[in-house]
Amino acid sequence: MWAETNRVKTLALDVQDWPGHRAGQHVDVRLTADDGYQAQRSYSIASPAGGPRVELTVERIDDGEVSPYLTEEAHAGDRFELRGPVGGYFVWDPDPGGPVLLVGGGSGVVPLMAMVRQRATNHDVVPTRLLYSARTLEDVIYRDELERYRKRGDGLEIVFTLTREQPPDWTGYSRRVDRQLLSKVAPDDPALTFVCGPTPFVEAVAEALVGLGHESSRIKTERFGPTGG
Amino acid sequence: METLRLDGNAAAGLLGEVFAGEVTTAVGTCDGCGAVEAVGAVHVYMAAGTVLRCPHCDAVVMKVVTDGERIWIDVRGLRTLELAPM
Repeated sequence: MWAETNRVKTLALDVQDWPGHRAGQHVDVRLTADDGYQAQRSYSIASPAGGPRVELTVERIDDGEVSPYLTEEAHAGDRFELRGPVGGYFVWDPDPGGPVLLVGGGSGVVPLMAMVRQRATNHDVVPTRLLYSARTLEDVIYRDELERYRKRGDGLEIVFTLTREQPPDWTGYSRRVDRQLLSKVAPDDPALTFVCGPTPFVEAVAEALVGLGHESSRIKTERFGPTGG
Repeated sequence: METLRLDGNAAAGLLGEVFAGEVTTAVGTCDGCGAVEAVGAVHVYMAAGTVLRCPHCDAVVMKVVTDGERIWIDVRGLRTLELAPM
C-alpha cells in the first residue's frame, strides 16, 4: 500500500480466484470485529482490467468505520473479505462512438482513473476529457500519473479545478463544477459521460449537463455519500 | 435526506446475491409512472434496509432487507425487471 495524498491511500490486493473486472466496477469490503460486529463499504477499483492485483484507492473518513482501518491500520499481509467485482452500469466502454467526458469530484476520480488506465492499456484513442475537481492541489490523487498521460497526446485531455485553494502560479480553474464551467469544458455532444463523486456533486453536474442540452440517458452517474467511510 | 441518496450501483453487491446476472444494467419499469431505467440509475437509500426509488417520480420500486442470513425483497413498485441471466 502507498499514500496518494495526506488522506488517501491505495491498497494493492492479491485476490484468490479473482475473475477479472471492468474499469469502473467496485468491490464491497467487509470487516468483522472480534465480537462479530460487521461493517461493509463499497470501494471503486482503481486498477485497469487484466492486472495481477486489485488496487483500491481509499480516502480516510475520520469518523468512518472502515476507511480509518484500511488507511491507518491495515498492513501488508492482512486479509479481509471482498465481494465483487460489482456493477456493470458504470463501466468503461472502449468504443462509445464519440467523445467521452469523465467528471470526478474528490475521490470520485478513482473509478474514472481505472477508465483512464484502461484506455491507456488498450491503446484506445477515443477522445476523452477528464474534468477533475479537488479542494487543493495536494488533494489531487494520481497527479503525476495524470500529468504523464496528458503528455502522451493520444486524445486524453485533463482539466483540473481547485475549489478551495490554488497555488500562486495556478492557471487552471478554481470554481466549482457548475453549468458555466461545464459549458467551457464539456464537449458539445459526448457519446457518453461518467460522473462520480459525492451525491450533491454528482447531482449538480448531471443537472447542469442536462441543462446544457446533454441527453440524460448518456450520462452515467455513481454517487457516494456520507454513509461511506 | 438529500445527501443520503446514492444510486443503484451502491446496491449492486447486495442485489447480485439475489439475481443471477448483472443487475445494474438490468432495466426496470416503475409501476408508479411507467419510466424505464437501468437499476444503476435509480436512487438508493441505505439504512437498516436498502430502498430503491424511481429517479423520475420518487416512488419506491424495491425494498431489500437482510439479516445476514436471509433476504427479504419487496417489489410491489416494480412492474417488470428485465435482465440477462449469466
